[in-house]
Amino acid sequence: MSVLVYTELADGQFKKSSLEAIFYGSKVATQVGGSMTVLVIGSAADEELAKAGNFGATKVLHANAQNLTAENIMAYSKVLSETAKSLAATIVVSAKSSLADAVMARAAGALKAGLVGNVVELPETSNGFKVKRSIFTGKAFAETSITSDVKFIAIKKNVLPLEETSNSAAVEKLSVDTGSLTESSKVLETIKATGTVSLPEADLVVSGGRGMKGPENWQALLDLAEALGAATACSKPVSDLDWRPHHEHVGQTGVKVAPNLYIACGISGAIQHLAGVNSSKVIVVINKDPEAPFFKAADYGIVGDVFDVLPKLTAAVKAL
Amino acid sequence: MKILVCISSVPDTTSKISFEENDTKFSKAGIQYIIGPYDDYALARGVELRESLGGTLTVLNVGLADAEPQIRKALAIGADDAVRIDAEPTDSFFVASEIANYVKDKGFDLILMGRETTDYNSGVVHGIVGELLGIPSFSPVMELKLEGNTATLAREIEGGKEKLEASLPLVLGCQEPIAEWKIPNMRGIMSARTKPLAVIAPSSEALTSIEKYELPAPKGACKMISAEDAGSLIKLLQTEAKVL
Repeated sequence: MSVLVYTELADGQFKKSSLEAIFYGSKVATQVGGSMTVLVIGSAADEELAKAGNFGATKVLHANAQNLTAENIMAYSKVLSETAKSLAATIVVSAKSSLADAVMARAAGALKAGLVGNVVELPETSNGFKVKRSIFTGKAFAETSITSDVKFIAIKKNVLPLEETSNSAAVEKLSVDTGSLTESSKVLETIKATGTVSLPEADLVVSGGRGMKGPENWQALLDLAEALGAATACSKPVSDLDWRPHHEHVGQTGVKVAPNLYIACGISGAIQHLAGVNSSKVIVVINKDPEAPFFKAADYGIVGDVFDVLPKLTAAVKAL
Repeated sequence: MKILVCISSVPDTTSKISFEENDTKFSKAGIQYIIGPYDDYALARGVELRESLGGTLTVLNVGLADAEPQIRKALAIGADDAVRIDAEPTDSFFVASEIANYVKDKGFDLILMGRETTDYNSGVVHGIVGELLGIPSFSPVMELKLEGNTATLAREIEGGKEKLEASLPLVLGCQEPIAEWKIPNMRGIMSARTKPLAVIAPSSEALTSIEKYELPAPKGACKMISAEDAGSLIKLLQTEAKVL
């Protein structure tokens, strides 16, 4: 059994979630007694790509061609399915992301592979192939067996604690027949926040709700996020009111996050919001209403005025 | 314009999830089912496009007979006809190949669905459908405009959005704010009763199956810290919770 890990780059570096996928893939390969190959698409230096070795990879295939620079879903999935075919990979692993979901879906379609997302543990391979995945937006788990020859699994963030070594991986160029990758779409404009921590990737998240009272009051929250090196998020009403951009909205219909620490400021904790954050390791809730339902889902709580509490937290972080 | 909107029938977001038969089956007792929240956005945009451009809007569900109230609701909101593929939708590849088998040769210009269902959350059915049909797929799509054969859409990416242009036919996984959810009016509800709803037998095999369900371990008590002493929280996060 051979394992192929699909990875993604951000600014020429492996995304943390991709390093987690590499580490997970290496554990799976050891478990099934097979080899593991890492596939990476896009522009990055060989020294960076060799770092996949720190997390258990021995070989990285690097595909980088002119029409592979934009996030071209159709082209990426073709590269993934062709690579899986040529390596006779039987297990394809990725971290969940909005791009990876799309790429893995199409590649699984091409290979007639069973695909399971939101996987939270290493597979059970002693009798068949079973994975445990999160369902009902974090409210339950399902042990799911995959019966197709080729198996696709997309893992959730923070599934295994990363162990780093100083090994490095051999990087090979993967030549891609770009002629066969037709341009099916044209990117007109990319609007992207720069210089901020990516929310789905973040280990620490500071989030604000209607209790912040208005967009002009966000500075206190941004200060704490900056001191922590955390990403910022918000509740649905806040993004609906345009106080914050939609890509910061976490919840049932927004981004689902699974950071180590989620600090909720002035968010009451409606069930729709909890659905987006219930995979967080530690939840801190700051709310002036002691009856706010969010306290029931929290590990630490502070009943108080966010504008009074936030500067104290920021000062304490700076004093660390 | 020939539009297909695929909807799921899922437990209402506030449902208490439980299992039966030794945790091998989802317990449907007392559960209120709704159109998948993301599918509802896809449906709303589909109805708007159907109203402004003419043509037909078909709604498709892969599900058992208990999904029919949700299908009728979609008809009441503005779909012209409906198809139900009579099977339990537990495997993404299975659901996608049922959709693709139905769509094949029918000449749909646009296939819309939610970015993911809120029960199994994999978010991959649209991509598999696109691949099986050999047409482009995009997700999560938060804006969609059509002009002739060209779609202009905005896709959410990490930290922002990407605007792009693509030619029909397309498969799109939708999310807010592509359109506002629509509530059926009385006339829609009346007319939905007589709109055609075809039931088709499934034709493909599932590649995954759920063996056992499990609920997460109950959360421990919340440790309260006084607002005056808020700064001490940071020490606890570092030394006790070990997340800093």
